[in-house]
Amino acid sequence: MSKIKNNIVLVLILIPIWIILYKYLQEISDFIVFRLFQMTPEKHMTETLRFFIYEVPKVLMLLVLIIFVVGIVRTYFSPEKTRKALEGKSLFTGNVMASLLGIVTPFCSCSAIPLFLGFVEAGIPLGVTFSFLIAAPMINEVALILLIGLFGWKVAVIYVLTGLSIAIFAGFILEKLKLTRYVADWVYKTHAKQNLEQEEALSISQRISAGGEVVREIVGKIWIYILLGIAVGAGAHGFVPDEYLAGALGNQNWYSVPLAILVGIPLYSNAAGIIPIVSVLIEKGVTLGTALAFMMSVIGLSLPEIIILKKVLKWQLIGIFVGVVAFGIVIVGLIFNYLVFI
Amino acid sequence: MEIKVLGTGCAKCKSLEKVTRKAVDELKLDATVTKVEDIQKIMEYAVMRTPALVIDEKVVLSGQLPKVAELKELISNHS
Repeated sequence: MSKIKNNIVLVLILIPIWIILYKYLQEISDFIVFRLFQMTPEKHMTETLRFFIYEVPKVLMLLVLIIFVVGIVRTYFSPEKTRKALEGKSLFTGNVMASLLGIVTPFCSCSAIPLFLGFVEAGIPLGVTFSFLIAAPMINEVALILLIGLFGWKVAVIYVLTGLSIAIFAGFILEKLKLTRYVADWVYKTHAKQNLEQEEALSISQRISAGGEVVREIVGKIWIYILLGIAVGAGAHGFVPDEYLAGALGNQNWYSVPLAILVGIPLYSNAAGIIPIVSVLIEKGVTLGTALAFMMSVIGLSLPEIIILKKVLKWQLIGIFVGVVAFGIVIVGLIFNYLVFI
Repeated sequence: MEIKVLGTGCAKCKSLEKVTRKAVDELKLDATVTKVEDIQKIMEYAVMRTPALVIDEKVVLSGQLPKVAELKELISNHS
């Protein structure tokens, strides 16, 4: 029992410390750069280091907090419950729900196949399953945190809303195209021998430790990508002139969005690695729509995931899937470039 | 006792197999541990998250990687 109390008390102590530290982060990093290192302001090297020393703790702190909160929220969801919620839903409602649930349901791309099969077997339409599979990797807490941290709330909300729309409509269109024949033949022949028993309810303290566990797991895995991403970003921040990329990837060229997506598909990175780089792209003159399209294509459409899906889908379906999602991303990118000015 | 580790080959699946063997050794149980990698066989157990652990044809764990101590408890509770 005392261990359970400790758990909650620890969280209550850490949160105010977190808030104070976060609030004074700029002052602390400036102190380190200008006082401790005695560097001259406005120099390339100084600006690079200052960016790095400020951004790394900022992003890591946001990461720990939000992954922790999301980790707790996720203990209330599971693929099994999501499947149950989606069973028997009508097409459009199903797409909307699947996309929303894709954000909160614990998902790892290595589990994409069992999840796909589990959904299909429960009679959930292919298009609804696709909505889930598009939303789950594209909109995740890591992407959200980094967008908030580097661009602010507005861009983060826009990203979530447009990502959701792509997942909903791409899934809807894929269902309308009646593609069931392009699913590998054995998929519909597999039948489960048994069902999983009900999960037991967790206590608050167990949920807190589950959240802590997730933080350790995810941050342990991605911190190096964040460090590298920010290092590249910091270097470009200090040394590459502003508006450097505006010519090729700026507003004037209609082809900048499709180009960004084509470049993005074979590139594989998680949100952690790509967002600091996207942030620099924008700083150097790439328009927001093009940058968002690039980011969505890198984390939403990736070669490794396509290769995993190849086990259950025929190549025609994979082609159509990638095509529809890429098309959605192009539209989002163009809308932002031409209609929205942030 | 027959223990199966279900997993297609992700890092966590390999770790679960290792941890399971360790737990069985430490408990000095007379149990066979096999790894099931065939996705069709895995799906027969209706798991939607890998890795999963099956003891005597019953799914006891899915989508998690427990510590050796937790696993020992789980296995001994089952026998």
